[in-house]
Amino acid sequence: MLKYVLRRLLVLIPVLFLVTILISSLIYFSPGDPVRVMLGLRAQEEAVVTIRAELGLDKPYYIRYLNWLSNAARGNLGRSLQRNEKVMDLIRERLPATLEMTLFAVLIALVVAIPVGIISATHADTFIDNILSFFSLFWVSMPGFWIAIVAVLLLSMHWGIFPISGRGGPLWTAKGLHYLALPGLILGIRQVAIISRLIRVSMLEILNEDYIRTARSKGLAEWKVVCKHALRNAMIPTVTIFGVQLPELMSLGVIIETVFAWPGTGRMLVDAVLKRDYTLVQGIVLVYALLVILMSLLVDLLYGYIDPRIKRE
Amino acid sequence: MTTQADRSPQLGETYFEGVFHRMHGDRTALIGTAIILILLLSALLAPVITTYDPVKQNLNEMLSSPTFKHPLGTDRYGRDLLTRIIYGGRYALMIGVGVVIIQMAIGVSLGLTAGYYGGIVESIIMRLTDVMLSIPSIVLAMTIAGFLGGGVQNVIIAVGAIGWRDYTRLVRAEVLSTKERTFVEAARAVGCGHLRIMICHILPHIVAPVIAYSALAAGVAILWAAALSFLGLGAQPPTPEWGAMLADGREDMREAWWIATFPGLAIMLVVLGFNFFGDALRNALDPKMYKAKRIS
Repeated sequence: MLKYVLRRLLVLIPVLFLVTILISSLIYFSPGDPVRVMLGLRAQEEAVVTIRAELGLDKPYYIRYLNWLSNAARGNLGRSLQRNEKVMDLIRERLPATLEMTLFAVLIALVVAIPVGIISATHADTFIDNILSFFSLFWVSMPGFWIAIVAVLLLSMHWGIFPISGRGGPLWTAKGLHYLALPGLILGIRQVAIISRLIRVSMLEILNEDYIRTARSKGLAEWKVVCKHALRNAMIPTVTIFGVQLPELMSLGVIIETVFAWPGTGRMLVDAVLKRDYTLVQGIVLVYALLVILMSLLVDLLYGYIDPRIKRE
Repeated sequence: MTTQADRSPQLGETYFEGVFHRMHGDRTALIGTAIILILLLSALLAPVITTYDPVKQNLNEMLSSPTFKHPLGTDRYGRDLLTRIIYGGRYALMIGVGVVIIQMAIGVSLGLTAGYYGGIVESIIMRLTDVMLSIPSIVLAMTIAGFLGGGVQNVIIAVGAIGWRDYTRLVRAEVLSTKERTFVEAARAVGCGHLRIMICHILPHIVAPVIAYSALAAGVAILWAAALSFLGLGAQPPTPEWGAMLADGREDMREAWWIATFPGLAIMLVVLGFNFFGDALRNALDPKMYKAKRIS
């Protein structure tokens, strides 16, 4: 197992390296002089020179990259250009809210998608299956931010079930959960729509396999056949798609955070991009990339746990 | 529903006749095609269909709810919402086509190169796609679009610069299986160069799945672009782009539910249309898959 983990970690190093090159180049590739764009037309010459030196923009590209990398590795992502605070502090302040929403959505996705997928597969081509297919197809085609807007309009403004926006506190308090429920559900249900379809397809394939017939013919209860023999094998492609979907979930999270004025890193990123706060943008993009890489590592480990054949390869 | 027998390949039928037949018998394909045709026609004939101007303000008819005169109501500046949605279709088409062209150009050439040459070239290209996969797409797209300065054109560039990774993976996988076939070997035996083999012999063979994927990709592109505009990083007001209209309508949500509702429905319908069409095309282009789907 340890060997497997180490091998996965080694694969991640070149990816991480390329990610940092990409992120540190973001300023480099933005058209015009970023410092002048940032400070406006009437900026004083000294201010331009100072900021440029502060960003290291007066140095050649590779030196800038190495500087940035060595600072980032030590947890120093520079100062925000607009807020005059350390980027690291700003991110540390906002990250828990984003992680909380992501975790909630992931839990919703798994808790709902697995039973829905099983029901669709065991009732394939019946009324229930058709309804579920129809629902998931529509849900996937709808823009996430639009669902959020309509949900706020109906559930928050009209019926007053959920708060309109903001965060009520940590996840474990009742108020926090109340505020988190609507954005978290919207984020999670989209994944349900995608993942449950996939579970359905792989369950259908597996339920036709010989070993399922064997399990049935030796007289096992149907639920045991489905949940023990079939589901475990159906989880293998599911975990894969889950790994692929995680970055998408975080993408939608950025938008949902904006709609619900959720005080997380996603909303801060939108703000930072709009205000051209380059250092803050770099820092947040780096954190997102690290999160995705970390989670894909976790998914890989889970994969090894579910399918022992992979570890032995 | 017609039976399976009359849609399986007929004797003397060419490949594309077969594709057409299979598409023809698929209900979702028809719905998808119809939606895309309606979008095309309404985008082309927008000034004929509606007499209102999509941008000109009419302060006498602010926030009018849906009436006979304005079937979908008007917005804060008295502009007819239906007109704006019809004109918005032009942007949706432009974005869908523009993004797919960029993604295809980058993705197919990288995928071809990776699959054909293999080895270190392949490793580098595939690590690059891994990088693109490890940053959430909207995060990277909004960063690029924002730094480029917003606007529909920059949204097309931003979304196009990111989504190519799926083309690369798709094309690489197809090339890997195609390059072992006898006709590639034959081409090499008669002395074709690498470029010639890639473009004249392998590419035509993998074009079908690429086209089918493009229909799906266009739908995704429209969704992403709308999201960017919604965040204020894409089309700017008063451009009648659906995402920007939604962002606009959000502010008047309490008084006028229709402004934020109908553009979203338009996005949903169009994306659904592209999804239906792409799915059906993918099944129709691959007779084996088509049969498998029918049986299950």
